[in-house]
Amino acid sequence: MSKKVSKEQYEKTLSFRFRQWLDGTKDPYLNEVEMQKQDVHCEGEEETAHRQEVRERRREKIYDLEKNAELRIFKRFYKVFAVAFCCFLVALLLEGVSYLPTFGHAQNPANNEVAQRYIEQGLQETGAVNIVTGMILDYRAFDTLGESHVLFIATCTVLILLRFDKKEQKEQMEADDRTHEPKNDVILQTAARILVPPILLFGIYMILAGHLGPGGGFSGGAVIGAGLILYLNAFGFAKTEQFFTAKTYRVMSFGALACYTVCKSYSFYTGANHIESVIPLGTPGAILSSGLILILNICVGIVVAGTMYTFYCMFRKGGY
Amino acid sequence: MDFVQNLPFISILLSLFSGPLSSILNAKWAKRVNATVISVIGIFSATVLFYVLRTGQEFVYLMGHFPAPWGNEIRVGILEAFMATFFCLIMLLCMFGGIAEREREIEESKQNLYYIMVNLLLSSLLALIYTNDLFTAYVFVEINTISACGLIMIRQNGRTIEAATRYMIMSLLGSGLLLLGICFLYDLTGHLLMSNIKEEVAILAATGEYHIPLLVSLGLMSVGLAIKSALYPFHAWLPDAYGYSTVSSAAILSSLVSKGYIFLLVKIFYRVIGFSVVCDSKVVDVLFVFGIIGMIMGSVNAIRESDIRRMIAFSSVAQIGYIYMGFGLGTQEAVVASVYHVLSHAATKSLLFVAASGITDASGGSRNFLDLTGAGYRNKAAGIAFSVGSLSMVGIPMFSGFISKLLFAQAAMGHTHKMLPTLIALAISTVLNAVYFMKTVIRLYTPVSKEMPIHEHRVIPLTEQPVKAGALLCFIVLNFLLGLNSEPVIRLITAGLAMFD
Repeated sequence: MSKKVSKEQYEKTLSFRFRQWLDGTKDPYLNEVEMQKQDVHCEGEEETAHRQEVRERRREKIYDLEKNAELRIFKRFYKVFAVAFCCFLVALLLEGVSYLPTFGHAQNPANNEVAQRYIEQGLQETGAVNIVTGMILDYRAFDTLGESHVLFIATCTVLILLRFDKKEQKEQMEADDRTHEPKNDVILQTAARILVPPILLFGIYMILAGHLGPGGGFSGGAVIGAGLILYLNAFGFAKTEQFFTAKTYRVMSFGALACYTVCKSYSFYTGANHIESVIPLGTPGAILSSGLILILNICVGIVVAGTMYTFYCMFRKGGY
Repeated sequence: MDFVQNLPFISILLSLFSGPLSSILNAKWAKRVNATVISVIGIFSATVLFYVLRTGQEFVYLMGHFPAPWGNEIRVGILEAFMATFFCLIMLLCMFGGIAEREREIEESKQNLYYIMVNLLLSSLLALIYTNDLFTAYVFVEINTISACGLIMIRQNGRTIEAATRYMIMSLLGSGLLLLGICFLYDLTGHLLMSNIKEEVAILAATGEYHIPLLVSLGLMSVGLAIKSALYPFHAWLPDAYGYSTVSSAAILSSLVSKGYIFLLVKIFYRVIGFSVVCDSKVVDVLFVFGIIGMIMGSVNAIRESDIRRMIAFSSVAQIGYIYMGFGLGTQEAVVASVYHVLSHAATKSLLFVAASGITDASGGSRNFLDLTGAGYRNKAAGIAFSVGSLSMVGIPMFSGFISKLLFAQAAMGHTHKMLPTLIALAISTVLNAVYFMKTVIRLYTPVSKEMPIHEHRVIPLTEQPVKAGALLCFIVLNFLLGLNSEPVIRLITAGLAMFD
């Protein structure tokens, strides 16, 4: 006869937990995951009436459909016109495309001296093994400068629209966060613990090796941003706010964009005034080569990662 | 190379740099940085203008170590430098004219974001003016579009969010068409640099090769930019966007954002396609017809409006119609008239928006037409300014609007088919303009009678809003300068357009 063990002691043993798992009597979410119970969406009569009233008021006050004949006619024909316009546009574009030079033909106008020089002399002139990177960050760096500011200004616009600055709004959003998703999900946390470090490392690799192979600031930054979003989902805002807040984002994006602007200003200025640039191109293939491209890639990567992460935070909670 | 030649490039990068810089500053400092940057760039552009006038030659500035078409470049001529100077001046005045409203209507924690938008908007306008590369132009069109959305919706209420959504959709459609047009053109010519495309297009036009795709491309680019600058049937986003956003946004949007696109279209006509090729195509006739319809319909809509801000917004539709009608005439004189009207409208419309905000302030914030009765007595500066703007819009001699109407009429003279429609449309549009603008001015100077329901009227002395009064005064002076001293301006424009060829 085996030694009698008290129930409390038995419940701590491995075999009990194995048994529990085998029987399926244990709820894996119980006491582990914080999830608020969701109410079934239902609308009281008062709310329905209010919604109806707002709708009526919009019809009457703002659009004044009774008297606004133009708008009434417009509403009636809107869908027809929309479809007709789209069909017209599609037909026009197809018609136009059918007259264009044959795709991939060697005699096409696009195969001219511009592409030729990029391909033949790109490596010597920019020092970048990846010709595409050489094109966007050296030959046509001004366009890319504009493009990274597009990302920055898009973030700022989202901040205008979604950021909550009033204290009560912030608290409300903090309480509402995670109504629809589990918090401290073990599966997600375990997966994130394994996945996030390689994702971030891979992103950093893509940025640093952007001039050597496929990759670069835009794609690497997107990978890093995705890793950060996964980390945030698994561990929540309390963890991420230890190293990434609104202030971090501001300083980071300002630093990166300012660095890009200053570096490129130097290069534009020396280029236009025919001054010899002091930045060495290095040996093609080495990690420290191709002049400013590495620095610019890092700047672009920081901006892209910050943009993605900020978008996610804004759409989820309206703040960091 | 003279140092002055670096100034356009420094202007673009300075305004780009000041955008992210404003994000780490508080609202007060961001405001100072913004005002400083605009003034400095204005001074730079004026210097460049004098330099170009003195040398009498345009110059090319390499953006990097590689010559175009491999690298990027900017090209500066008389018209570019003049436009940059003028836009900076108008933007500075708009920003000063709307300080009080901005501080009242925008959440304090978001005010520095407003200055980011304005700084980047300025950089995109400068880049659109100076660039000699179609793709660079497209990149900065994107910045322009997004920042304009930000400017509309930063005053957060339901109407501005709806207006910004509408603006976003229409404007992105415009951007998409523009991009498709550029893609077509790239496929046909193999270049993105304006001067190289022009050479190739001249050959294509002479041989008649690729006639249809070339026409499609020109059409797509024209329609795309017409949507973005609110030519008549594409104007649905305009009244709400101008009518409900904060006043400096409305003034900047109407006087600068849409004008930047129009200037880009002028560049595409002259620099990319070649004006003779454009005139031979049917695209100009389409622009002409829609321009004429816009002139009439914009004014008709404005007459029916009882909200003063929306009325001014609808008037913009009519004025944009004038500009496109000028392009549609397809002669050098008509384009000069159009460019002159760009200047005249920019100066007058921003004046009207700022003055209207002063008038509504004196009427308890109500924008309803009846509540404005006698507002000209309560806020004297705004009343006078609004009257000046109205007279200019109607086209009374001495004011800038008169000169542009005169130029349009002169340009239409002797045109075989388009003379009669142009003159008739000008006459009808002038009468309609007079109807709604004079109606407003008379309302502003009608004494309040006893039996009328008293709204929260308030007398605003000149000392209460000295900055706004100063800005209004500058606008009035600018208007008179354009109206009384038009000869040098027209010479500048003609010389600038001649450099485009």
